[in-house]
Amino acid sequence: MSDTAKTTALFTLVAVLIIGTGVTQSWNSALLILNMGLISAIMALGVNLQWGFAGLFNVGVMGFVALGGLATVIVSMPPTTEAWAAGGLRVLLGLVLGAATIVAAILTYKAMAPGRRRTLALIVILVGGFFLFRFVFDGGVQSIEAINPSVSGYLGGLGLPVLLSWPVGGLLAAGAAWIIGKTALGLRSDYLAIATLGIAEIVIAVLKNEEWLSRGVKNVNGLPRPVPNEIDLQNDPAFVERATSLGIDPVTASTLYIKLGYAVLFAVVLVILLVLAQRALHSPWGRMMRAIRDNEVAAEAMGKDVTRRHLQVFILGSAICGIAGAMMTTLDGQLVPTTYQPLRFTFLIWVMVIVGGSGNNLGAVLGGFLIWFLWVQVEPMGLWLMQTITSGMSEGYWLREHLLESAAHMRLLTMGLILLLVLRFSPRGLLPER
Amino acid sequence: MDILNAIVALSNFVLVPAIAYGSQLALGALGVTLIYGILRFSNFAHGDTMAFGTMATILVTWALQAAGVSFGPLPTALLALPLGIAACILLVLGTDRLVYRFYREVKAKPIILVMASLGVMFILNGLVRFIIGPDDQRFADGERFIITARDFKEMTGLQEGLAIKTTQGITLVTAIIVVAVLFWFLNRTRTGKSMRAYSDNEDLALLSGINPERVVMVTWMIVAALATIAGVLYGLDKSFKAFTYFQLLLPIFASAIVGGLGSPVGAIAGGFVIAFSEVFVTYAWKKVLVYLMPENLEPSGLVQLLSTDYKFAISFAILLIVLLFRPTGLFRGKSV
Repeated sequence: MSDTAKTTALFTLVAVLIIGTGVTQSWNSALLILNMGLISAIMALGVNLQWGFAGLFNVGVMGFVALGGLATVIVSMPPTTEAWAAGGLRVLLGLVLGAATIVAAILTYKAMAPGRRRTLALIVILVGGFFLFRFVFDGGVQSIEAINPSVSGYLGGLGLPVLLSWPVGGLLAAGAAWIIGKTALGLRSDYLAIATLGIAEIVIAVLKNEEWLSRGVKNVNGLPRPVPNEIDLQNDPAFVERATSLGIDPVTASTLYIKLGYAVLFAVVLVILLVLAQRALHSPWGRMMRAIRDNEVAAEAMGKDVTRRHLQVFILGSAICGIAGAMMTTLDGQLVPTTYQPLRFTFLIWVMVIVGGSGNNLGAVLGGFLIWFLWVQVEPMGLWLMQTITSGMSEGYWLREHLLESAAHMRLLTMGLILLLVLRFSPRGLLPER
Repeated sequence: MDILNAIVALSNFVLVPAIAYGSQLALGALGVTLIYGILRFSNFAHGDTMAFGTMATILVTWALQAAGVSFGPLPTALLALPLGIAACILLVLGTDRLVYRFYREVKAKPIILVMASLGVMFILNGLVRFIIGPDDQRFADGERFIITARDFKEMTGLQEGLAIKTTQGITLVTAIIVVAVLFWFLNRTRTGKSMRAYSDNEDLALLSGINPERVVMVTWMIVAALATIAGVLYGLDKSFKAFTYFQLLLPIFASAIVGGLGSPVGAIAGGFVIAFSEVFVTYAWKKVLVYLMPENLEPSGLVQLLSTDYKFAISFAILLIVLLFRPTGLFRGKSV
């Protein structure tokens, strides 16, 4: 089978699976799978850029996704004016002071000759800067969090259109990637993995604890939407009329309409990014990236700045994950920091890339859809399997109860198994790199 | 008197917990560092290996408790530990046979082995949750304290009490024994020497007739034992939860890297560096400073440098500093 035929066949399979869900279960869940599949495909595209193009091992996808989610809150929520008046500037000043301390420390480090005096100067700058930062910052935080804590207690956002948060999410993630890349790239490959693992946990810790920023574990609900509300549609006589003329009940029609709206928006982003990624892959830049991936020493001998190129592609890939994260939070309509689980947001994306075919953009997109579909459907399948296994056991027998209760954890097992099997028997994935 | 009170408060809230936590991290980091030295990859499944070994131990503990067996003032889990270690050894030898051996034979890049370990991590994580559930499990029994805060106050007449939990004592004693045995094994026995030779120079070791598969097998067995012991000690001291063990991966890796990957001494030093910095930075110092500062200068706040929720950030910051200024770690590990 030629490459194109195989690609078409596999994508048709995905389409059949999703449409099948629509026919046998409900169109609502089919569209849910489609929407999250689109987002997953974008994340997989980002990871593929790093791993497939450049061989960089990023296990902090969750952190970049969460930063995208934060961007949604910062951009789209209306500002809390009282909070800004109470301590907004003070918090910002605190952050600027913190950043200035670090910059000052770096400059001192570069300017002074190594020795005891430099160490002493660095310690004075860092410790003094830290206490100054905490003094200014903590006061601001307290006054912000004191304002109406049950519904607000945070700075709010900028009140801009929510769609703008998607590129902003990408920028935030790119910024974080720049900081990690500056320190960990150029060292051995495992270190980047551990550094990214760490930064992801820290981003989540910040989201959970900094209430002035995004209300922490109190969550931000009711984010503005780029599509109309279901209720408004149901109250719109023209829409109800059209729905009834199509033979669908208006409530169902409105939810389907909204989900379709999201699907169109996401699909547009995916297509744009996919085209860009494809162009990049087949450009001289893409060839250079793959040359670096396959043989760093030879590429360096040809005069390529390996570390710089790595930094570049690391930032780009992370930015794509940030965009996807902002889209996901927009779809959810709320930012819930506790839902960010590394297994779901980092390692699942990795399974998508490996299964789809690393180095192949279409493969990553395919993997995104396919693995997301499995992720959703493995749970009912696991439950069904357990019911079949336990059907012979008597009601109330402890093993039966236990197996049925634990069926939900089948997901992780299945995903791990898929990853290992693909890695072992078909390491190039479903759609191998050409 | 004030100075004594300050010292006691410091020991009670900072030194004793940090020593216990440091020992647990050191044991975990030893496992990571051994795998890195011999098999030459970062094993991301280590946290979940610890979780699996601990889970096996907990199950045996429950069985023993149900049978009415107890270990006097010590936790029953210590009796169950050998069986837990055995289960964990079977598990890691099984994963090595099914997963890692193939990549060794084809001489895959280390990063491929790391990805395979991700897959193993997924499976173990699912398996542990499947068997014991995702919730907190407490399995410590026996005497809770070696010395309680109240006894200490009565004994010394100080205002501050010093409480030492049995689990903290056990952690330290076990860690010392385990480390002593490990170093004796690595430095004095034939197998241990062949392991170090293999780690230093694979080709030379193969030339001199060392059987690589045997070295790898022994390594996995030691790692399984270390992981189970570390996991059980951590679980006794705090509590067992599959997700917490996965999260331990970051401080454990930080310890191993700070010490120098591949260096056992470094892993132990790294474990204590990470543990002490975590506890130092997240401890609210008010309690100690109250005794040391003159009354009019007493701090009004808690004097906590960072909230405890940011303990990952501390492991991470130390990791970054070490990577930037001394990429091979404090004890000059490998930098393959």
